[in-house]
Amino acid sequence: MEINETLAQWSEILMVVAGFAYTFAFIAFTWDLAVNSRATVQAEENTVQDRELVGAGARTRTASSARMAGVEQGTGARGAGYKASAMAKINEHVADADMRYDGPRRPAARIGVALMAVAAIIHAGGVFSRGFAAHRVPWGNMYEFLTTGAFLVAIIFLLVLVFRDIRFVGTIVSGLATLMMTVASVVYPTPVGHLVPALQSYWLVIHVSIAVLASAIFTITFSMAVLQLIQDRRERMILEEGKTGWAFMRLVPSAQTLENFAFRLNAVAFVMWTFTLAAGAIWAEVAWGRYWGWDTKEVWTFIIWVVYAAYLHARATRGWTGTRSAWLSIVGYLCVIFNFSVVNVFFSGLHSYSGL
Amino acid sequence: MSSEKQSAPALGFVGMLRWAWTQLTKMNTAMFLLLMVAIAAVPGSIYPQRIQDTAKVTDYINAHPTWGPIADKLQLFDVFSSVWFSAIYLLLFISLIGCVLPRATKHFKAMKAAPARTPKTLSRLPQYRSITLSASTQKLPMSQAIEDAAEILKKRGYRVEIRDEGKSSSVGAERGYLREVGNILFHTAMIGVLIGVAIGSLFGYSGQKIMVEGDTFVNSLISYDMFSPGTNYNQDWLKPYSATLEKMDVTYDRQKSSPTYGKDIDYAAQVKVDPQNGEAPYTQELKVNKPIRVNGASLYLIGNGYAPIIKVEDGEGNIAYEGPVVSLFAGDPNYTSSVILKVPDSEPDQLAFVGMFLPTGVEQEGAPPYSADPAPANPMLVLQSYTGDLGLDNGVPQNVYVVDTEKMTPLNTMAMGNGIILDTQNTQAKLPDGKGTITFEGLKRYVGMDIHYDPGKPIVLISAILAFLGLIISLYVPRRRVWVRAHEDADGLKIEYALLARGEDPRLMDEADKLTELFARRWDLEFVEQ
Repeated sequence: MEINETLAQWSEILMVVAGFAYTFAFIAFTWDLAVNSRATVQAEENTVQDRELVGAGARTRTASSARMAGVEQGTGARGAGYKASAMAKINEHVADADMRYDGPRRPAARIGVALMAVAAIIHAGGVFSRGFAAHRVPWGNMYEFLTTGAFLVAIIFLLVLVFRDIRFVGTIVSGLATLMMTVASVVYPTPVGHLVPALQSYWLVIHVSIAVLASAIFTITFSMAVLQLIQDRRERMILEEGKTGWAFMRLVPSAQTLENFAFRLNAVAFVMWTFTLAAGAIWAEVAWGRYWGWDTKEVWTFIIWVVYAAYLHARATRGWTGTRSAWLSIVGYLCVIFNFSVVNVFFSGLHSYSGL
Repeated sequence: MSSEKQSAPALGFVGMLRWAWTQLTKMNTAMFLLLMVAIAAVPGSIYPQRIQDTAKVTDYINAHPTWGPIADKLQLFDVFSSVWFSAIYLLLFISLIGCVLPRATKHFKAMKAAPARTPKTLSRLPQYRSITLSASTQKLPMSQAIEDAAEILKKRGYRVEIRDEGKSSSVGAERGYLREVGNILFHTAMIGVLIGVAIGSLFGYSGQKIMVEGDTFVNSLISYDMFSPGTNYNQDWLKPYSATLEKMDVTYDRQKSSPTYGKDIDYAAQVKVDPQNGEAPYTQELKVNKPIRVNGASLYLIGNGYAPIIKVEDGEGNIAYEGPVVSLFAGDPNYTSSVILKVPDSEPDQLAFVGMFLPTGVEQEGAPPYSADPAPANPMLVLQSYTGDLGLDNGVPQNVYVVDTEKMTPLNTMAMGNGIILDTQNTQAKLPDGKGTITFEGLKRYVGMDIHYDPGKPIVLISAILAFLGLIISLYVPRRRVWVRAHEDADGLKIEYALLARGEDPRLMDEADKLTELFARRWDLEFVEQ
């Protein structure tokens, strides 16, 4: 099958435009953090927050208050949470745990989300046209892993936004998307080409797509873990010194809430990573004759799997919740980045498909 | 520390073991061992590993005369079979067994036991709701309310037990026993993976074979170019079969402006397989990503190249060699390959040819010819020849792809200006001093095959699938306890219910909402949003 060069050129243009759109989204989200954190302080001071659960009287029940109270009580981590009184104090200075869309309007954040959506649409054009130009899935080299990966980061972020107000990670997520697109275009520019025979397999579709998807989720949970560490520090300052600094963190839920939410996402990503590992082993058996051979890429895929397995266990281990588990999530993500950049490019191995 | 001398109670041997066991099966220890496995694997990606490339390890040790041997002693070139790596993962697996066994027995009991007793104060639980049915509007007996609740819970997959508490009545319910089953399944399946890996390395084998078009490989030890059996493999277990390479086709990218122009983008070998087990022979396509499976073994296409057919007539006019010569190439995209041909049978002196095979040979002024394309558009042999003693008679086995020309006399060399260049037009060259002739008769392709047999593979695959299932179940089947209590007071019938999650359960509140809705529908209640 011949490569469609016109389409390939269009793809490259769309990718660059999408990269710029992410940059603008990044600016909007940062502006939102800077401006609206002050606005929320004021708004919160003006509103009397009624979080008391009204006991469900005969035949009546307040849906929203019951919900809120449930969140407060229901998902506390074992042993690591603050006492109720401390929690109430913290809750005055952080975003709601339910991460629903309420509170004052945030025009800058709205612009950020809109730009993110526009970027994702343009980006979709870039990714799909590249796939059609080459008559194959667009994840066969470093440039394509990055562009498709950034696309999935944006899509997952937008999808979660439908259900939860996680605009507070918008800055980091759009920043990382911009970074990924820039690195793809500047460091790993690769013209549309055919795949080497070893990659010509339906396993490329299965194994790599799930790997990229899992990495995209890890990107988002990494952002949450970083925020969790900052928020945790801030919560301590609030409780111990009574300081309520770092106003931009007011838009971010409590460290506990971030941990709970990131855990759920990480659990999904871990299942996907397990699948990546198993599917990779099956493919390796078909292509190279052995399902596992401790190739550099296999070693690092294994290390990542073990680190996130430890992360999942941390939740059930006394002394490992909270900050420590956030660090595990960060270390895991650093391993993902290492596995992708350093291992693909500098280590020789059977996975040297970087297209360089 | 206290200054007083404290005598620890004597533990004794059994006590020590018990203490070690308790320490090892602690969750904290498991966490530590998990992280240790991750860290211990890192050197395996930094240092060259013998399981992948022995030559690279030797190069590394030669390049680092001081550190190399130390690293070798530390088993840094055999990380994944090293004492320390094995120690960590074995401890991890023991810890895992120590964790899974008691949990399994405990869960087995829990699955047969009744739901946990109803707590005294339900309102303390994470999810708590209450409904009061006013006596004036509704006549619902207490026992009926509890029976209704039990029925609703049962329909939602809970195991229920109704309890008469005297003045009040309650139902205890629990669901999601499968969650723990999934958890145990996952960890047990990990042990299965380990067993499968062990069986593979004990009773499997792997080998390599280069086959030129027309060659037949018969599965017996002498047919292999390289054979590495598993620790406990008995070569008598080799099952007979044969495979003949009928044809090898390579497809090239011929789209002029494509960035992969001229590269080989597809390999397809036609192999005739005779399983020799009563079934008729058949021809199958062997490709990268498409192995041939026969009699439990698998044949993989891992390499390819050219084998020019060369005829050598010696000084006495006899055919001293005739046949394909496998030429190896070292990653050159245009397949510039090295040719080494030893002719021990030539008389009066032995001959050796050393040089290059170029699939698309291009001659140039003042420089040796080069290959311009990987396809055989102008196949060309560029050779130097030597005469003398090949040194084969002293009994030391030699590598076919290496020749020592030090002690031989050069006949044709590039330096002397009489190097041999053969192509499809000039197919023959005469050696000086009447030493004979060399003829380039034609061209064949060859394939490099890996042959693997791994009896542990199905065990690993099944274990991996079970582990994956177990993982999903253990993460996504929620384990919940629900208690409903009803009692009558002055206002009417008060129905309280509370939910408790065991393990991660972000949807506990939704379950509480759902129960509220079901209760309301059953008792015909209306809810008013406040």
